[in-house]
Amino acid sequence: MRYSPYVFVAPFFVVFAIFGVFPLVYTGWVSLHDWHLIGDHTFVGFANYTELFADPDFWNAVANTFGIFLIATVPQLLVALMIANLLNRALRARTMFRMGVLVPTVTSVAAVGVVFGQLFARDVGLVNYLLTSIGIERIDWQADRLSSWIAIATMVDWRWTGYNALILLGAMQAIPRDLYDAASVDGAKPWQQFWRITVPLLRPTLVFVVIVATIGGLQLFTEPVIFGFGRMQGGTLGQFQTITMYMYENAFQRFQYGYGSAIAWTLFAMVVVISLLNVAVVRRMVRGAR
Amino acid sequence: MRLWRTSPATYLALVVGIALSVFPIYWMFVVATRSNDVVNDLPPPLLPGGELGANVERVFANEHAAFAYGLVNSLVVASVVTFAVVIFSTLAGFAFAKLRFRGSNALLLLVIGTMMVPVQLGLIPLYMLMVRLGWNGELKAVVGPSLVCGFGVFMIRQYAVQAVSDELVEAARVDGCSTFRIYLSVVLPALRPAIAVLALLTFMQSWNDFLWPYAVLDADTPTVQLSLSLLATAYYTDYAQVFAATALATVPLLVVFVVFGRQIIGGIMEGAVKS
Repeated sequence: MRYSPYVFVAPFFVVFAIFGVFPLVYTGWVSLHDWHLIGDHTFVGFANYTELFADPDFWNAVANTFGIFLIATVPQLLVALMIANLLNRALRARTMFRMGVLVPTVTSVAAVGVVFGQLFARDVGLVNYLLTSIGIERIDWQADRLSSWIAIATMVDWRWTGYNALILLGAMQAIPRDLYDAASVDGAKPWQQFWRITVPLLRPTLVFVVIVATIGGLQLFTEPVIFGFGRMQGGTLGQFQTITMYMYENAFQRFQYGYGSAIAWTLFAMVVVISLLNVAVVRRMVRGAR
Repeated sequence: MRLWRTSPATYLALVVGIALSVFPIYWMFVVATRSNDVVNDLPPPLLPGGELGANVERVFANEHAAFAYGLVNSLVVASVVTFAVVIFSTLAGFAFAKLRFRGSNALLLLVIGTMMVPVQLGLIPLYMLMVRLGWNGELKAVVGPSLVCGFGVFMIRQYAVQAVSDELVEAARVDGCSTFRIYLSVVLPALRPAIAVLALLTFMQSWNDFLWPYAVLDADTPTVQLSLSLLATAYYTDYAQVFAATALATVPLLVVFVVFGRQIIGGIMEGAVKS
């Protein structure tokens, strides 16, 4: 009995040590080297990092990643809130509606990339067909920074909005009914109840959703790769190359493992800092609400 | 539960929302059942045609993508990963929920921490590791790293705290059951709903995994997502064929979703309350 609990958790931690901790630490080690082909390397200290911070292509990828993240996340959360609010009522065919909202999440990222790549195609795409039929000129979605960001953000949102709506719905249903009854007696309109009761009480869940969206958003890879027909450069001028694509390009196409590892660690640091910031902001918001 | 009266406008808004979320999938099937030249028609076709069989045949005959092989490989990988993740997660989740041991809180925190580490971070050394082991290009290279699932441990732990009764565990122990026996006969049956949700989510995630297989496998041994991307990038003007392949890669997930949708939705919504 004394040792058996450790036996139960051991399988997870052994696998975690091999495929989780080791790569994490070793990436840091590799990032301190000029490491070209496997086995052939020299120690260079923080040279990869100083080079990286002066690398305009890296900052371009950072700007793209954060740009797409913002364009995707803000509308996504607002729409998810609205959908959750609509679902949080006495509905006929409730399960059908919930499944309809969730179905994009279960389709694969690669499939989303393929289908939306066609929808946003310049000459045969449905989106441009709709635009031209209402008299707007067709857009070459891949060509520009903003238009390619919008196309990619649309893919992300299509896939994740419903999922977040259901998480928010779950939290909404845990809010005690009497709060709304009391507010109704006081004459609060449904709209006011939504912003004064529902949204403040959803804050912890909103934070959770924002953190998950941040972690996912900073790692964006598959959608822009398939949107750009499998090329890592993200468009002719790198207008939609994300941080992960830049890392992949350096490590697996230019075989600069050291430089690629420095990108990976910088990305990790960004994820940690932004997640902690999120937590801090939310804590303050929750305290403020009390 | 009736919070606000459900007006026709609510239904209308929801129907519009669902139309938007279903349309791309519907469009995928429309193009998959058409011949490729129709795709360029304006206005675009909105009803399925009769070319599905021919398109699917072309997908499977395409040597470049090895699509049938990709489907089988993904089925194998996703099944093995799901099975292993369920075992690891229930073992550890049960221990964290019901057994007392020194350092359990710190270890649980570590598990939660693993959920924050992006896959990308380990990509390069993992690749080096696989090269050294000689696993690159083989399916086991994809299976290994997928076995680390902090989310699974955490989710099972949260569920087990409530679902496994302490009395039952104690009673079994008094009867002389070993801890492992308790895990098999008391804990696993009580965890069945959570296991179902975890298995479904893990299977879907593994089936859809792209970045790591893309890095470590090559075109000879693809997963289905890899076959799909090979096809999509090499034949991107042949929409009928690419969309037929996309439909084939999506159908297994849609079947799982239609059959188990209620449990998946329940799992997602419950997760919200606890987090």
